Amino acid sequence: MLKVTTDNWLKTAVLEMQEYVLLSLRAIRYCFSSPFYFRDVVEQLEEIGIGSLAVVVLTGFFTGAVLALQSGFTLDQFGARSMVGRLVSASMVKELGPVLTALMVAGRVGSGIAAELGSMMVTDQIHALRALGTDPVRKLVVPRMLAGTFMVPILTVIADGVGILGGWAITVGQLRVASSVYWNSVVDALYIQDVWMGLIKPFFLGFVIVSVACHVGLRTSGGTQGVGRATTNAVVAGSVAVLAVDFFVTKLLFMLMY
Amino acid sequence: MSPVADPLPPVTLEEAFGPNAPVVMFDEVSLAFDDKVILEQVSFTLLRGHTKIFLGASGAGKSTILKLILGLLKPDSGVIWVYGERIDNMSERDLLHVRDSLGMVFQEGALFDSLTVRENVGFKLLEETKMPLPEVFARVEEVLGFIGLAEHIDKMPSELSGGQRRRVAIARAMTAKPRILLYDEPTTGLDPITAITVNEEIIKLRDLENVSSIVVTHQLRDAYYIAEHAAHRADGRVIIERADEDKAEEAEFIMLRDGRICFEGSAGALRASPDPYLRAFLS
Repeated sequence: MLKVTTDNWLKTAVLEMQEYVLLSLRAIRYCFSSPFYFRDVVEQLEEIGIGSLAVVVLTGFFTGAVLALQSGFTLDQFGARSMVGRLVSASMVKELGPVLTALMVAGRVGSGIAAELGSMMVTDQIHALRALGTDPVRKLVVPRMLAGTFMVPILTVIADGVGILGGWAITVGQLRVASSVYWNSVVDALYIQDVWMGLIKPFFLGFVIVSVACHVGLRTSGGTQGVGRATTNAVVAGSVAVLAVDFFVTKLLFMLMY
Repeated sequence: MSPVADPLPPVTLEEAFGPNAPVVMFDEVSLAFDDKVILEQVSFTLLRGHTKIFLGASGAGKSTILKLILGLLKPDSGVIWVYGERIDNMSERDLLHVRDSLGMVFQEGALFDSLTVRENVGFKLLEETKMPLPEVFARVEEVLGFIGLAEHIDKMPSELSGGQRRRVAIARAMTAKPRILLYDEPTTGLDPITAITVNEEIIKLRDLENVSSIVVTHQLRDAYYIAEHAAHRADGRVIIERADEDKAEEAEFIMLRDGRICFEGSAGALRASPDPYLRAFLS
């Protein structure tokens, strides 16, 4: 009984992975061939980019602020309060900015995409698209994937900046460190490789969030209950994928750049 | 050593049947999902301008036939021809071209929630052709006028009643002037008066636009209405009245039971059938 259950689980997992890879490859291929739905790409850039701005700004600010608060008191024990800026900028740019932005986008955008495509799936709208001669991957997946891949890096840069500002507010306002000391410390800690790492990783994270959400959405079945399940799965799978991809890309970039 | 005969060149439907070749042909088509048999050795033909009405209990495989015609599903075995092209082994890209000849009205309409009626009806022309916008919108207005919903052109699907949604779905399916229209339970869940309005749209499209139709339903009353009525124009008006015997013969019923065809014939033959299953279904 256990063996049968394990076999079924493994089969399903392999099938899902195969379908995910095929969908991603098709979407990448379709980026370079016609028809290309440019208007949908612009709409998705706005939906994913502008729509996620508020949540990313808030997340970035409070992360930077709490990072300064926590590290300030710890560094104080070693008489190194002036180093807070280094810690905030290095943490935000290299790791927390990309990962937290991606997790926020996975929650907001991933769930939205899975719910939208899932609803279209269970109400036959995806079949209707195909019956009208439109390829759903070109029309729905490619614009979302492009928007996710290019907007998450931009959102990450904003989150990094706002996070460093949040750190500045706490460092100057509460830890009583001079503003110039903080900003010098912020710049001192950053090497060009760190900046590149912080900029390269979000491209991968944005792609993985949206591609997972599209895959889950287009595999939805089972009516409204299925849509609910798909939404949850998209957020859970997207978040885990963000952390896993972050680890592997970081490791790869360390090998290539440092 | 015996001589090896050259393989026969592929024969098109036109070559095999002449100018009256069927527009849709199923030849021994079977399909199963895992262990569940959906269709087994199903064969039928649809002639130009004619109607096929598929009846059967839920899960009998009726809607699957429509999805096979559109190429949304592939059969396990058998051959499917649509307008002279074999589609059962066709790639998705080639199928997009075949679907230009087809229009489909899905159960519940399957209208795009985020688009207005105008954008829904003009979807194919807007997205998949280079037709200028004024021409697209003129065609959308023409089609909505044909089905009597011109005043709802700027509404969202959520603002329409169930019957209006089905009729907009019919309008969407006919905008690009398909040669075959497929209807999946077009009247299910509608009140009798609205159902007759939808039936009349199906009859008008078949008789006035010469569109071949395949209707999947389990609403017997609607099935008979479509089969036994005809539309014609008189003094600029559309008249729908009882069809003569020859016209009624052009609509053929197919009853599916457990994935197999258990009856094929006219409305009269269906009524007269002594088969106990059919009698139970008709009662």
